[in-house]
Amino acid sequence: MVVSSDTPRPDDVPARTVLDEQDISRALTRITHEILERNRDADGVLLLGIPTRGVHLARRIAARMSEVEGRTITPGSLDVTMYRDDLRLRPARALEHTSIPEDVDGKTVVLIDDVLFSGRTIRAALDALGDLGRPRAVQLAVLVDRGHRELPIRADFVGKNLPTSLAEKVKVRLTETDGEADSVTIVGGAS
Amino acid sequence: MKSSHLLSAADLDRDDALRILDTAEELLSVAQRPIKKLPTLRGRTVVNLFFEDSTRTRISFEAAAKRLSADVINFSAKGSSVSKGESLKDTALTLQAMGADAVVIRHPASGAPHRLATSRWMSGAVVNAGDGMHEHPTQALLDAFTMCRHLGDLEGKSITIVGDVLHSRVARSNALLLHTLGADVTLVAPPTLLPVGVETWPVAHSYDLDANLEKADAVMMLRVQRERMNASYFPSAREYSRRFGLDTARMNRMPEHAIVMHPGPMNRGMEITADVADSPRSVIVEQVTNGVAVRMAVLYLLLGGAADADSPEGNA
Repeated sequence: MVVSSDTPRPDDVPARTVLDEQDISRALTRITHEILERNRDADGVLLLGIPTRGVHLARRIAARMSEVEGRTITPGSLDVTMYRDDLRLRPARALEHTSIPEDVDGKTVVLIDDVLFSGRTIRAALDALGDLGRPRAVQLAVLVDRGHRELPIRADFVGKNLPTSLAEKVKVRLTETDGEADSVTIVGGAS
Repeated sequence: MKSSHLLSAADLDRDDALRILDTAEELLSVAQRPIKKLPTLRGRTVVNLFFEDSTRTRISFEAAAKRLSADVINFSAKGSSVSKGESLKDTALTLQAMGADAVVIRHPASGAPHRLATSRWMSGAVVNAGDGMHEHPTQALLDAFTMCRHLGDLEGKSITIVGDVLHSRVARSNALLLHTLGADVTLVAPPTLLPVGVETWPVAHSYDLDANLEKADAVMMLRVQRERMNASYFPSAREYSRRFGLDTARMNRMPEHAIVMHPGPMNRGMEITADVADSPRSVIVEQVTNGVAVRMAVLYLLLGGAADADSPEGNA
């Protein structure tokens, strides 16, 4: 394959928006209903977001779930930094907040993250969860599944399956963290 | 942290210090969990090298390292080859040969941790756990952490440190760190127990405890270190206690929210009365609990990331 000299470099390729604000909102509503459908109702379900964006997604799902169920559902957050397998590859990083609103023993824990990629974050989350107690079951909800798994992990609830190449980057923007309208974009790669 | 060692509270800038305190805040919750352990430092070796007696500091570092799953080797000078006259250098070479990733050192000589860190006898991280009359940075960090939990942001808070400042590495480290964090520190001691050159420290000093109680957000009492005193610094224990000891009457003159601290071990009845030490405003026991979280944070930030990413030798 001949690459002409004026082929844009990955940085110059404009970002392709794959999900906009509306799409994200609809996807989260659908995930909420799927979680409720799968588990019959919200009793015994504990939503845990993985920092940073997973926590905000967990809050949004909890808000929708509270509306449907007619009672307040409190989501938690689970920081997995201390359990990561790539800690030694970078300087020590700051920890995010962990808050577990109720005991995880016997609960169905739904882990929530923005992008599912290698699966290593979820592996770390499962280890972290194991140190907190013994959930009855663990499920996984993600906004985007971009493939390229390096571990035998799959999501139970997916906002959008997004086939990507490894050269591409998936960027999730949420108003809470990024101060701009919600979006999922793909940057780089040969588009 | 920018440095690969923790030798002095002066090495920490505001961002470093806040990073340690924030990390400690998250790690504090580990103590409340059913499994009080994190896998982060698995396979790393932490050596507690104690040339001086210590209960809480050594146990605290040991608990901190074990909660991060590090292997801990305790070394105390008593009953070791040091009592046969082994030098610090040979001890360090031995530890290097054993593959110590971090050495927590307490030494009666000021500057011993600095020597260990800069001599290239060993490549591991060095944490100063108290050297002579110089510094004890992790104690200052846990004190600051305890204050933050009770008082919020320390910017503009008034901290009074009372007692044997001359012999106190705790006071020196606290003065430096609290200044970095924006607190106003006042050292109160008899003139004989203030170090030479205290006027160059970034703190105020006074000889009158009563004048410095009403404005204090926290009062930290220091132990009178009789083992380091070879001359008389004050006429009698009773007189010291009457002028510089914290009793109930003095505590009642402190503001409602103010806390009483002591780095331990206490001389009850000397610098602090038993009533004050056991009162609800005393956070002395909490300081010990917080010590483990702060030391976990320090060990994590020194050892948890890329191995020796910024050491002068490069890859070790």
